Amino acid sequence: MTDINVQTIQSQAVTLIERKKFVAIAVPIAALVYFVYIAFSFDIIGLAERARLDNAITFASDSWSHKVHVTKSHRSGEIDYAIEGERKGRYPEGTRPEWVSGREIISVDLGDGHVVRFLPDNAMDYIIPGYGTFEAKFNGKTVDTNLGENVPDWINASDRRVALKTSNGRVTITRSKTEIFRYFPGWELFFFTLDSPYYGKSIADIVFGPRLDEARHNIAGAWSDFWGNPMWRHSDVLWAISETILMAFLGTFGAAIITLPLAFLAAKKFTPFRALRMAIRRVFDFLRGVDALIWTIVLSRAFGPGPLTGALAILITDTGTFGKIFSEALENVDDKQIQGVSSTGANPIQGYRFGVIPQVVPVLLSQVLYFFESNTRSATIIGAITGGGIGLMLTQAIQTQKDWEEVGYYIILIIIMVMFMDWASGLLRRQLIKGGES
Amino acid sequence: MSNPNSQEPNPKRPPQTDTKIVQDSYMAMVQRKRLYGGIVLLIFVLMMVSGFMVADSRNAGGFWDGLKNVGDYPADVLSEAWEQRAELPGYLFKFLPALIETINIAAVSTLVGVVAGFLLAMHGTRGLAYFPWAIPFVRRTTDIMRAVPEIVIALLLIFVLGGGPVPAVIAIAIHTAGAIGKLFSEVAENVDLKPVEGLSSVGANWTQRVLLGVLPQVAPNFLSYSLLRFEINIRASAILGFVGAGGLGYELRNAMSWGPGLFDEAAAIFILLFATIIFFDQLSSRYRNQLAEGKSA
Repeated sequence: MTDINVQTIQSQAVTLIERKKFVAIAVPIAALVYFVYIAFSFDIIGLAERARLDNAITFASDSWSHKVHVTKSHRSGEIDYAIEGERKGRYPEGTRPEWVSGREIISVDLGDGHVVRFLPDNAMDYIIPGYGTFEAKFNGKTVDTNLGENVPDWINASDRRVALKTSNGRVTITRSKTEIFRYFPGWELFFFTLDSPYYGKSIADIVFGPRLDEARHNIAGAWSDFWGNPMWRHSDVLWAISETILMAFLGTFGAAIITLPLAFLAAKKFTPFRALRMAIRRVFDFLRGVDALIWTIVLSRAFGPGPLTGALAILITDTGTFGKIFSEALENVDDKQIQGVSSTGANPIQGYRFGVIPQVVPVLLSQVLYFFESNTRSATIIGAITGGGIGLMLTQAIQTQKDWEEVGYYIILIIIMVMFMDWASGLLRRQLIKGGES
Repeated sequence: MSNPNSQEPNPKRPPQTDTKIVQDSYMAMVQRKRLYGGIVLLIFVLMMVSGFMVADSRNAGGFWDGLKNVGDYPADVLSEAWEQRAELPGYLFKFLPALIETINIAAVSTLVGVVAGFLLAMHGTRGLAYFPWAIPFVRRTTDIMRAVPEIVIALLLIFVLGGGPVPAVIAIAIHTAGAIGKLFSEVAENVDLKPVEGLSSVGANWTQRVLLGVLPQVAPNFLSYSLLRFEINIRASAILGFVGAGGLGYELRNAMSWGPGLFDEAAAIFILLFATIIFFDQLSSRYRNQLAEGKSA
């Protein structure tokens, strides 16, 4: 008898091991086959051709550095100095960076021995250590250079346009202007723009020094210039972040307030009518299934772009999600406490208030706080679609394709915002659990 | 200091007063608690109301005006779709490739994200990490990956790689790896380390210890989380499509930007999206229930 038993067990074990072996081989093979199919379906090879790695390099370098444009107009001969080439970053009349010198012949020092000189008659030269001197002249029709046949690959030259890209900067000569870019690390004008009297002053100068602007107290003036900085728009950014958090706050807690009474109707323990229960559950399923994307689209047609639309989209989707979670939590409520409360003569409403709510509130509140954190991330995404908050600012900055340092700044702010909300909601949840235990 | 000879109870504090003191302090405590609760509730209500008013004032259209028009757009779409209902099956068929792309984006990013998240979790858990000194670094990386909204990475990658499914896959996979990494690491912290020690005593290397000692213990839990993630990622992939990353979302934006005239196409996409989400929602919750029951049995 035992012999047969051992044999059956053995054969069972053998088949089990065989099956596990098969699964252990079949699953990776299936995954591999799937990935091969995906590689063709997503056109990975075509992607490699379409990819613009220069765009990646632009973002990687521009997000942490800035450039100063020195532009000479070929018509008027005037030279313009502007940070990032923007009007808001222009050096005021009569001032120029200290690495530019000369009167008749203007020489622009790009560092490490690289010097570009603007000569009279729309001519220029560029002393490039390790290469020699590059000369160019715009004769009214074409750009003439001293380049021979051997043009290095960092120079791109034609009759109409010559572009040089060296380790220390870029020079572009076209029919209308000669432009020099010099790169510097860091975010320029982050605190003050050039037209502010506080630009380039240290904190000690501003706080303890003499008045830099006759009309205003130093600290107040510095604060208002920093806050109204037209390039970095600090006050707008802070508003946008508050708007995103506001969307998440209104959506999450609004959904929780709406769902709580409905969840009682969807829980078996509190609603004996099967039809009503099922109807409410289907409503929850529908709200959840339609998805935030579709709700955002539908609502933005009615309410227009803005934070309210985002908040309502989060509210509606979360009502569906909370409905499911809340009603499940209510099903698992302990009956004894309700019985205890009703034995003292409490009516059903009082029974819910003192028998049920104290049991479920810590659990539900902790869930709601968890969703509040994850909804901050959703609000960023919904804001990008519906036009509100930091999500909108980010998409706008990416679409202009030149303010990469602002894109980098917004990304860092978004990460800090989400991590802060994560930390804050975790702290509150731990407090809640501790309070529930004591 | 008290007089050891005095045996009788202190005449100044008869027992009735004792109860009264207890009762008074209890009532005071309840009052204080109610007051605090009331203040917290008041602050919360004020925040909700003022927040709503701020959001309302910064929105392009007001709440009360908009409320009347909420039904307009769905009604337009539905009525146009109803008039063209003969075309609907054709449209459903037309957008099937886009639907498959959306599901593929979600599936690939879930697979990649779960594997990466598993590795992050193993390297970020005490007792299991290959480089114990790197645990804080791995954890911070996981936190940052989790904090970045998918749309940020997707938009940047669309700029570099051009529109299409790959930016969406990478963006969702990074977020998934971060989210899964944290969840898995919380589960893996409670793993029984005895099998791991047993394996290392017979000379198993790190991969063998993790695959044979840790994975069997946590597999049902991990599988359940991964299914939940897949469900979430289908929604995310639809949203990313809307900003140019291919799939159903992309088709939806195209159909919508045409406005009236293509509402029947929009309706077809709405139906497909809704059906897909409900289908995978049900599928994943059924499997997750099975896994949970299998574990408890």
